[in-house]
Amino acid sequence: MTITKPKLHFSRKLLAIPYAIFLLVFVLVPLLIILYYAFTNGDTGAFTFENFINFFSGTGKQTFFESSRFKTIVQSLFISVMSTLLCLLIAYPVAYIIANCKIKNKTGLLLLFIVPMWVNFVLRINALKELFSWIGIYLKSDTWNIVNTILGMTYDFLPFMILPIYTTITKIDKSYLEAAKDLGATPARAFLKVTLPLSKAGIMSGVSMVFLPAMTNYVISNYMTFNHTKIIGAFIDECFKNDLWNLGSVTALILLTFMFIITGLTGGFNAESETGARGTSLW
Amino acid sequence: METKNTEIKSNRIIELVDVSKEFDGVSVVENLNLYIRKGEFVTLLGPSGCGKTTTLRMIAGFELPTTGQILLNGKDISHLPPNERPVNTVFQKYALFPHLNVFENVAFGLKLKRVETTYLDRKGNEKKKLAKLPKEVIEEKVRKALEVVDLTGFEKRSISTLSGGQQQRIAIARAIVNEPEILLLDEPLGALDLKMRKEMQLELKAMHKRLGITFIYVTHDQEEALTMSDTVVVMADGSIQQIGTPEMIYNEPKNTFVADFIGESNIFSGVMPHDGLVRFCGKPFTCLDGGFEKDEPVDVVVRPEDVQITTPDKGIMSGRVTSVVFKGIHYQILVQCGKYEIEIQSTTTPEIGEMVGLLVQPDGIHVMKKKFRVNKFSGVITKHNTVEFGDGEFDCDVTQLYPGSHLDEEGYLITAKGEKLDLTDVEVNVEVGLHDITMSDNLDEGGAQGHIISLIYKSEYYRYIVRTENEEDYVLACEDLWNENDLVSLIIPKDKIRLTLKDVKDAEGTKK
Repeated sequence: MTITKPKLHFSRKLLAIPYAIFLLVFVLVPLLIILYYAFTNGDTGAFTFENFINFFSGTGKQTFFESSRFKTIVQSLFISVMSTLLCLLIAYPVAYIIANCKIKNKTGLLLLFIVPMWVNFVLRINALKELFSWIGIYLKSDTWNIVNTILGMTYDFLPFMILPIYTTITKIDKSYLEAAKDLGATPARAFLKVTLPLSKAGIMSGVSMVFLPAMTNYVISNYMTFNHTKIIGAFIDECFKNDLWNLGSVTALILLTFMFIITGLTGGFNAESETGARGTSLW
Repeated sequence: METKNTEIKSNRIIELVDVSKEFDGVSVVENLNLYIRKGEFVTLLGPSGCGKTTTLRMIAGFELPTTGQILLNGKDISHLPPNERPVNTVFQKYALFPHLNVFENVAFGLKLKRVETTYLDRKGNEKKKLAKLPKEVIEEKVRKALEVVDLTGFEKRSISTLSGGQQQRIAIARAIVNEPEILLLDEPLGALDLKMRKEMQLELKAMHKRLGITFIYVTHDQEEALTMSDTVVVMADGSIQQIGTPEMIYNEPKNTFVADFIGESNIFSGVMPHDGLVRFCGKPFTCLDGGFEKDEPVDVVVRPEDVQITTPDKGIMSGRVTSVVFKGIHYQILVQCGKYEIEIQSTTTPEIGEMVGLLVQPDGIHVMKKKFRVNKFSGVITKHNTVEFGDGEFDCDVTQLYPGSHLDEEGYLITAKGEKLDLTDVEVNVEVGLHDITMSDNLDEGGAQGHIISLIYKSEYYRYIVRTENEEDYVLACEDLWNENDLVSLIIPKDKIRLTLKDVKDAEGTKK
């Protein structure tokens, strides 16, 4: 009797295994741990919703809407929205100009905006902080702190907005613009009616790539304001540092749900726009 | 055609006057002169790279002419942006907006339109303002346009759900809905399959009749051009070769390029001893053409269907059948008459190897002026007593410039009178006969090198045009078959280069 050994066939599917393991260990398991802490009592370990109730019930005499927790959320949202808008306002013209300029080496031009990313971002943020303190706007007031945070976020995330927009604009067939002009559109109208709607996928991709990190990247807010401006990422960090694992997990879970909704609203789950928009060629 | 009659002139909807276009110094369209009458269906026909699309794009306004004028109804529109021209385009790949549905695509131009309307203000005064078209008007116009292209009820469909043919129709609807004075069509049927294309050809033709708009159509398909157009403009190398009705273009081609490009043809070199008689293939033929100099060398075109097959004793020429191919309606037959190979289309079927006689009726012979009888260049003598012309340097005999002269040992020219001349940098006219240039694939052998850009079979030889890197053309005749795009070097024997001193007066226009 002979036992035939099953032959190991190498198929392309096997290449996905390392990623699957990575996903399992570093994404799925932590997520489950967060879920566990979010729904259990810190002392007894019993299943409970009280962490959620605690989160929304405020502290001491304050209601939730008066609490610093609420202030942090609102402040986070405001900073993210403003940073995203500012990025969009700066990035769109830049991407548009690079995509339409007649220079042959467009990638080289684009690199001017990418290369700063190769310098460690903590270093860059420190440099920006020093610059602001030299100008005299560093730690000037609470308002200035928020402004400085927004500027820091914008500075750091700008390339993530430029790249996808640039890629979608370069992919727009020039004949669409010609057709629009042929049908009587002035250059400005042709831009509004054709180029802008056709670059929507890039804008959406850029927005989700800036908005979501801007909610949580507390390194930037901490450096830019010497810990004076707190965003939701910093709050989660504090919870875990102070052994408030359940509260931290709940906050993280709420943030996760929130971002899930945002991504859904901006069309981030649309696979087609995703692959078409991300500046993959440059990464 | 050059009539100054104002009545006819007012009939011209668009006129191109001396229009040239260069891209980065490379000339794409050269000195184009063309007018198009109102309501005409005009086709610009030519091989790729002949400048036909560029011409169309200049009319549309996407390209501006480097020099020259474009007149629309007598007004200069050369530098008007496309959105201000009453012209609409159907693009090669349709260019339908993917983010809009069918209705929004077709209505795109209408929504941008502003019409002058009069209204009464509060005080009851009549005032004028530019207003958008009312929604109902737009809807009605779109509905009608879709009716014209036979796609009623497609308003809500998204572009990506349409087939190629349907997209094509929407592209046409989007253009005609604006009621342009001229409709430009840039190879609009290129992406369709054969059957669909044939259908659309007839439909476009019918649409043209119904709408009464001037159509300017660009294609490289000669059959399409002949089927659809009132007037065909044959272009090659950035200039117009011939303008005429499809019948004229086919029956009376102006030169060998047109004859070769439109339909099948036998092209021969011949001479005209006198009007009504032409000699080619070594035989005299009566023809209907005239107006040439005595014994002028000419090109002769005989369409394959105009050659009749008879018995050997009755034909003017006789030869042996070498090939018979069934083509559906007729047979394509090749007959070798001595060194001439003649193509015939006939419904009779001779056997291969059979001796047959061939007849051509006088109206089946078309005689054309020879375009290239000799290569003419302007050149410069170098210090080595060679001559530089076209795009190369060749050995030559400089003593022919001064009769009775000779060269001394140092390379100076001693004239018959004993004068000593230094010929360096002297400008000369150079002439080389078509048969005096030979090609070689050893690139170092000849004085110039280039790619073969055109070859035309002329029954006893092939006529080649070799273009060098700097766009200089050499025309030559050769019995061997080379391939288009072959890189060759050109050899010209020293004694075949004819030099004459350049007269300062006609320094202009000596190049070819």
